[in-house]
Amino acid sequence: MLFHAILFYVFSAILIAAACGVIFSKNPVHAIMFLVLAFFQSAMLWLLAEAEFLAIVLVLVYVGAVMVLFLFVVMMLEVNVEAVKRGLTRFAPLAIGVALLMAFELVQLIWLRSQSDTLPGVFEPYPEGYSNTKSLGSVLYTEHVYAFEIAAVVLLLAIVAAITLTMRKRPGLKVQNISKQVAVRAKDRLRVVKMESEKKQ
Amino acid sequence: MIGLQHFLTLSAMLFVLSIAGIVINRRNLILLLMCIELMLLAVNFNFIAFSRYLGDDTGQVFVFFILTVAAAEAAIGLAILVVLFRSRRSINVQELNTMKG
Repeated sequence: MLFHAILFYVFSAILIAAACGVIFSKNPVHAIMFLVLAFFQSAMLWLLAEAEFLAIVLVLVYVGAVMVLFLFVVMMLEVNVEAVKRGLTRFAPLAIGVALLMAFELVQLIWLRSQSDTLPGVFEPYPEGYSNTKSLGSVLYTEHVYAFEIAAVVLLLAIVAAITLTMRKRPGLKVQNISKQVAVRAKDRLRVVKMESEKKQ
Repeated sequence: MIGLQHFLTLSAMLFVLSIAGIVINRRNLILLLMCIELMLLAVNFNFIAFSRYLGDDTGQVFVFFILTVAAAEAAIGLAILVVLFRSRRSINVQELNTMKG
């Protein structure tokens, strides 16, 4: 249990440090690398909370796909880093003050409840042979199957929207007209001419 | 003993940090999108912690759907960003004032 707590505090410290790195780094590429670290630490913490399936999904989907998409876009756009730096810290003192106040209030409320309550907020250990993936699947494919299908439609919508937004027609580009090519018939292209055969001279 | 309060505190700190990040980095649209992703991660932490505390897997199903919608949001947001950069050659939020009356 002590080792569990030590792991939790180490992972949390790295997570908070990575989040600070995301919001304070000047270079967007560094910010994305810190975000990857933050998501990976979150996956580790979810593993500690015994949400194994979602932890692996977080690593595969977020670190593997979404963060690579972010990195791709940042590297493609070649954003002017110097221009972004200007005026970065004008609102920073106010933002940090508001954030500290909000953090103080939230932490006070969370721990006030746990002091007055007779229930300790401990996680009950799961029974022997419990499988997170199996129990999640048995809920997901029965009770929430319509929501699951709607999620699939949302992903399809995202694919269609992303492709239609970023596809562009450049003028002056030499391209084939496939439908015209397919619709062509032999008699449009080939003319058979009847003529007398030549006599030998 | 690590329990619900520890996870909720961590989630609150993450959420507050990403709000501060949105105000600090209000020039750069990519960093704003990344801060929104961090906020969604904090919300997911709450769902996971309560699902574990109550022993109810429905909370983890919600996290599943939030991850799906966040991935779709990131894809469409980045597509809009690319289109914006093509037409304006900039992603500075301050320069996007065409619709200001």
